[in-house]
Amino acid sequence: MKTSISATINGRPVLSSVEPRTNLADLLREELRLTATHLGCEQGVCGACTVLIDGQPARACIALAVSLDGADIRTLEGLDQDPLMLTLKAAFHEKHGLQCGFCTPGMLISAWDLLRRKPHLSEAEIRIAISGNLCRCTGYQGIIRSIQFAAENWAGKAKLAQEPA
Amino acid sequence: MKPAPFTYHRASSIDDAIAHLKGGDAIVRVLAGGQSLVPMLNLRLAPADKLVDLTRIVALRQTEERPDCIRYGALVTHAAFEDRQIPDASNGLMPFVGSQIAYRAVRTRGTIGGAVALADPAADWLTTIIALEAEIALVGPNGRRAMSGADFTLGPYMTAIEDAELIEAIIVPRRPPSERWGHYKVARKTGEYAESMAIALIDKARGTARLVVGATDGAPLVLARSSREIAAGNAGSGLAAVIRQELADSGRDFPPEKLLLHCTTAIRAVANTEKR
Repeated sequence: MKTSISATINGRPVLSSVEPRTNLADLLREELRLTATHLGCEQGVCGACTVLIDGQPARACIALAVSLDGADIRTLEGLDQDPLMLTLKAAFHEKHGLQCGFCTPGMLISAWDLLRRKPHLSEAEIRIAISGNLCRCTGYQGIIRSIQFAAENWAGKAKLAQEPA
Repeated sequence: MKPAPFTYHRASSIDDAIAHLKGGDAIVRVLAGGQSLVPMLNLRLAPADKLVDLTRIVALRQTEERPDCIRYGALVTHAAFEDRQIPDASNGLMPFVGSQIAYRAVRTRGTIGGAVALADPAADWLTTIIALEAEIALVGPNGRRAMSGADFTLGPYMTAIEDAELIEAIIVPRRPPSERWGHYKVARKTGEYAESMAIALIDKARGTARLVVGATDGAPLVLARSSREIAAGNAGSGLAAVIRQELADSGRDFPPEKLLLHCTTAIRAVANTEKR
């Protein structure tokens, strides 16, 4: 039996009818065609499906869509104008933060959340923070460098914004 | 989608949840944060005919401060502890443990009540609340009751929760400010389930100590004899021998490498009480 839910997805109201067993990632990908959210393990281990639910990072493969009535959901597509995400994407480009790209949307969302909560990070802290996102190209060195580079650039932008013109 | 079909009920209150948990022959499961249950459903390891979603029950999200304890609603997330959004009764142990569970994207949704209800021996909260001498408040068709973490945990994934009963809150006594805690966890990868974990609470001013070893093959072990030795000032190799003997005498079937691992974890937890 399907249940109807309404949610805000990337700023737009969405009304959908879902089976209770449908996970958020399937709803995003198959019904809404938001395919930046990738499905790797589908058991909450690999982090490729990380999205923001009510502003907090969460795994879309183990979030039941039916339980998210009224939630505010944001995927990588919904952050395409976000200044911090643009800084992160530029850093991943510059510092070779991706190889095949499969893990990248999850990496970017996790890194976005990390830099919002903790702007000043050591390399070790970044490693711990992205330990829940697996990259099977094993491109971690580039990913760590990218997040460090983004953190520096983001801190620089924040400083510029604070200085009087 | 991966799970087998099931029906879903979004509970509006505790009474409504209990009414829907009475399933007769059907397998009815409680959905809290879903960070363990949904992977098990996806893998079809946990059969379910119906899920009762507790997450809209506001009463289960609340934290209440009392003079001698803090009552944490079952749906308080690991991230809420980590971010210190709620008062702390444990001199910082609970925020620390909260920050060590799995990964941020799991901590934002996973709940303390859900973790305790599952009673995975390798999970963090069970060992922590037993160390803190917390009580578990249950509510069900026959009313309310509370019990210690040790009485609650019968074995791996086995608890005293009865049919249609659910965890309402975790009640943590305010630990004395003079008490110091030490924690040590062995995991193969950051965020993974522990191979072994131990928590020591030592209060030199009051002459008390409590040492608990978790991630064993069953309920966490309260090492009473070792705790008395620590309180009496025993340390170093003498204490290590006592801990090792108490683990060996615990009735659990530890192979030698596990015995060494748990013993080492316990000693490091004791040593870490000096570091904070």
